[in-house]
Amino acid sequence: MKSLSQDLGKNGNDYATEDTHEDLTLLGFWLYLMTDCLLFCALFATWAVLHNNTAGGPSAHDIIDLPYVLIETLCLLFSSTANGIAMMALQRRNTRSLLGWLGLTGILGVFFVAMELHEFLHLIESGNGPQRSGFLSSFFTLVGTHGLHVSIGLLWLLTLWVQISRKGLTAPIHSRLQRFSLFWHFLDLVWVAVFTFVYLIGGDL
Amino acid sequence: MAMIQRFRLQSLAALLCIFSEPLWACTGSCGSQWAVLTPQGSIASQEKDLILTALGLMLLVVIPTITMTLYFAWKYRASNETPDYAPNWDHSSRIEKVIWGIPTLIIAILGTLVWISTHRLSPYRPLSSPYPPLEVQVVAMDWKWLFIYPDLKVATLNQLVIPAGVPVHFVLTSDAVMSSFFIPQLGGQIYAMAGMTTHLHLIADQPGVFEGYNTQFSGPGFAGMHFETRALPSESFHQWVQTASHAPAILDHVRLTQLEQPTTDVPPQIYRVTAPRLFNEIVESYQGPHDRMKEN
Amino acid sequence: METLIFGRLNYHDIPYDNPIIMATLGGAIMLLLVVAFLVWYHGQWSYLWREWFTSLDHKRIGTMYIVLSLIMLLRGFADALLMRTQQALAEGGVAGYLPPEHYNQIFSAHGTIMIIFVAMPFFIGLMNIVVPLQIGARDVAYPFLNSVSFWLTVAGAMLVMLSLGLGNFSHAGWSAYPPLSEKHYSPGPGVDYWIWGLQIGGVGTLMTGINFFVTIWRLRAPGMTWMKLPIFSWTILVTTLLIMLAFPVLTVLLALLSLDRTLGLHFFTNHLGGNLMLFTNLFWIWGHPEVYIVILPAFGIYSEVTATFSRKPLFGYTSMVYASLAIATLSFVVWLHHFFTMGAGANVNAFFGIATMVIAVPTGVKVFNWIFTIYRGRLEFTTPILWTLGFIVTFCIGGMTGVLLAVPGADFQLHNSEFLIAHFHNMLIPGALFGYFAGYAYWFPKIFGFRLNETWGKRAFWLWLVGFYLAFMPLYALGFMGMPRRLVHYDNPLWQPYLVTALVGTLLIFAGILCQILQLTLSIQQRRLLQENTGDPWNGRTLEWSIPCPAPAWNFAHLPTVHARDDFHVTKQSGQAPPSLPYSAILLPAASGLGPIMGALAFLLGFGLVWYLWWMAAVALAGLVLCLLVRSLDDETEFLIPATTVEATERALRRIASSPYNASQVSQ
Repeated sequence: MKSLSQDLGKNGNDYATEDTHEDLTLLGFWLYLMTDCLLFCALFATWAVLHNNTAGGPSAHDIIDLPYVLIETLCLLFSSTANGIAMMALQRRNTRSLLGWLGLTGILGVFFVAMELHEFLHLIESGNGPQRSGFLSSFFTLVGTHGLHVSIGLLWLLTLWVQISRKGLTAPIHSRLQRFSLFWHFLDLVWVAVFTFVYLIGGDL
Repeated sequence: MAMIQRFRLQSLAALLCIFSEPLWACTGSCGSQWAVLTPQGSIASQEKDLILTALGLMLLVVIPTITMTLYFAWKYRASNETPDYAPNWDHSSRIEKVIWGIPTLIIAILGTLVWISTHRLSPYRPLSSPYPPLEVQVVAMDWKWLFIYPDLKVATLNQLVIPAGVPVHFVLTSDAVMSSFFIPQLGGQIYAMAGMTTHLHLIADQPGVFEGYNTQFSGPGFAGMHFETRALPSESFHQWVQTASHAPAILDHVRLTQLEQPTTDVPPQIYRVTAPRLFNEIVESYQGPHDRMKEN
Repeated sequence: METLIFGRLNYHDIPYDNPIIMATLGGAIMLLLVVAFLVWYHGQWSYLWREWFTSLDHKRIGTMYIVLSLIMLLRGFADALLMRTQQALAEGGVAGYLPPEHYNQIFSAHGTIMIIFVAMPFFIGLMNIVVPLQIGARDVAYPFLNSVSFWLTVAGAMLVMLSLGLGNFSHAGWSAYPPLSEKHYSPGPGVDYWIWGLQIGGVGTLMTGINFFVTIWRLRAPGMTWMKLPIFSWTILVTTLLIMLAFPVLTVLLALLSLDRTLGLHFFTNHLGGNLMLFTNLFWIWGHPEVYIVILPAFGIYSEVTATFSRKPLFGYTSMVYASLAIATLSFVVWLHHFFTMGAGANVNAFFGIATMVIAVPTGVKVFNWIFTIYRGRLEFTTPILWTLGFIVTFCIGGMTGVLLAVPGADFQLHNSEFLIAHFHNMLIPGALFGYFAGYAYWFPKIFGFRLNETWGKRAFWLWLVGFYLAFMPLYALGFMGMPRRLVHYDNPLWQPYLVTALVGTLLIFAGILCQILQLTLSIQQRRLLQENTGDPWNGRTLEWSIPCPAPAWNFAHLPTVHARDDFHVTKQSGQAPPSLPYSAILLPAASGLGPIMGALAFLLGFGLVWYLWWMAAVALAGLVLCLLVRSLDDETEFLIPATTVEATERALRRIASSPYNASQVSQ
């Protein structure tokens, strides 16, 4: 099957060669990330419009615990670093090391999500849930959408981890890992923006 | 039967009006039915002139374009076998320059017109007049218009009374969903939104009766949310204020709560105002920490 | 417990006390049953499932998109007819036959359906069929994604349709402005149907946008440089770019509104810090590019059709490309012209007014280019050309009224009036729909192997055109009389004659639609007579006409190499026979049942979210994730067509291929 499709590959940009497939999927994934980026842009715009609408409730300054968020941020940044090292292991085709570093990527990611959930629960318990004001609605939604992305990424990572440990480093898994890595770094970038605009600038008000 | 007859004649007249002549030629013969084209205030007049100028400028391009389309389509029909058939001709720098140039020119002229007119006709711009403006606070409600005259301590429902020849400064808000306040013969509209105030300056040049509308769809009672605007000579206006300030009905917090219940096709009312800050209270009620209407 | 299982669903949500709805619903269900029975009777269910529903062939998916669009057009038009009849009647003491709650749902459904479930699937169907053929590709970049996109669109459309018989549809207009669309003012499931129908369909559209962008970017035939790309594919490329830039905003907007409604957040509420102006801005940041998303493909079709039937290359091809790009760029800086009357300052209004007008320049250039394509040509008055001419003339009027509305001072008088209704129908019916109809007649033989009946096509055109003028010119007049839009009832007898005239126009359009149905039926009956043997019924210029009619599953047995802009035309002119190459086996994407299954799950997800059936939503969501997992683990996603099959099919299709147009090719 494969040799046949590689034969066909000589036929110019024939449909369905392994290379073309990978190439196309990667381009498509980049475009998806761009649309996702726009999605976050819209949420940031929403934050910008609503972040002063506290309706008598707490403002960003009142609810943000900066040291806590800093630890959260470091979790995600180190998770990305672990992912980077995992990708280097992928280059060397060292499956054990790859699985180990991907495991660490995941564990740090879980820490991040857990800390965020804890922050949210704490806010809700103290009566400052997303229903409290326009400001809190936009806060929960922006931060939560990022958290949701991270959670989906963790599920994805889990399926990849299981696939690698079962099937080893096949070509499709190789390319899926590349896309996952892109996704993970993208989420890192978004978080840097969230941290800057929501926690640093917003919290300082 | 006679009804149907009248109906047919009117349909025919309408058709003739639309197809036989430019719309503004109609304004004379069709009377004040053409609200936008028969302005009764200086803002509306300027807006009408603006509409006609812009239309005229654009017709300079649109009429030749339509003519050219039909003429070329007919002339170059396949069966005509014109000798100048050019099967490979697809470019002409001269034509390209013209077709980019002319629309650009027209738009440049229109753009200038837009810049000037938008500033001149800004709803926030007070009108110059020897008389100080009359302030009217407008509250859009489900589904009626409440007009409060803060300086005169009177208010009306679904009926607007103003002095002719005196500029009116409308301050608008909504006590429900977004609505749009529009009296075509006096001038263009503006939205009324809860928790916010918008402003509109209009004037009626002559006494008269003009229809006003909500144009922003606002729910089941929307169609009934129109009102009569009566511009009175200043003498009669003062008389009307005198009468109104002795009106039996009063506008206070109790009345407001009643009015906040959604109702449709409410007949006009006149009130004495006993709660002077009512308008501000309505605006603030949507801004504050507490939820006056308790949503959900 | 009951709310846990049934959410807020209740027997009373079926409007059995409303005869109009129940009759419509009964009719629709009867029709559905009859069709289902006929298909079963002829033993075609498994054929439909195998060859169509699960197909990943871009031509089949495209055809299904158009079928969906035409079905929804009938629904949307029925709504239009109901509204026009109501407005023709409901003056003074006459209340008409529709209560406000029902009328308000009808105009909301009409707008939503016509834009999202008629215009969008129609052009997406055409681009599915045509783009790979025009660029010389065997399929799109992601055939499976394409199938999922289609079935998500179906799921969205079905949610909107379901609202007819279960609960109600949104009564807040197609733009669902809050706070009216918030839970406080619209507590029922109506707005939720609107949200989830649009959200599910919108995700499908976004995926299609990415899919076709990559397809055109990467799968063009060798030698097809950017300035050799057929103009329709160019407009699609620009359209997909707009989709990718605009639709994420819609996704966010709908998510925020649903959070407000379902969880009680405060994005757009009147209270506790919500801001309705945020909604209007976000809505039109998506909504205005959306207008160009539906119109640009039609512009591309007009360009193709005009060049082909004028027997000349398109005049000013390069200008056309730059004009499309300019329109796309500008479409993102004009959104505020939808609410000049919100009280922004004069500088802001003037800026957006002027930006809007500037769009008239590239659009005007396009119109002139079509005119100069006709100039010095040999114009054949086929049905597609009639739609095009009707479009150019009518569009000039619509463009003029559009520029007028872009003048803030004029807009203050005309905003939210019947003038606005007339204007945007003037843009969307001739601007988009006429173009789709032209494309439908033009490319029909490429899919089905026979042409459409011209006589009935032309009758349909004239009825649509005259009907359009009668239906919408009176609305311009009503705008000058100050009549607001969306009135269920009015008290001004002077308006009524105009509204009656508009009803007459709508009835003429109805007759036009009947002609189109008749045209299709007759053409199927006369398919032997109308059979297209050459592959090139119109003496076309672009690659899609170089392959047989109907196009085989693999499109091109040998992938073409492109040397010129109108490559096929140039080949025909040169008189050279194509070199006879040996046939080889072809890999094609294999059919997959996951597309329709995911569509069904998305429908259940939407349904669960509308009715607060949380368990259903959760199960459906888990099912969707599972589908994706199954697909990603499936390594057998392609099948091989042996060279012998390719050769036999091509020979069978080519043998009968002999026509005056490509006789030279065959005889040599």
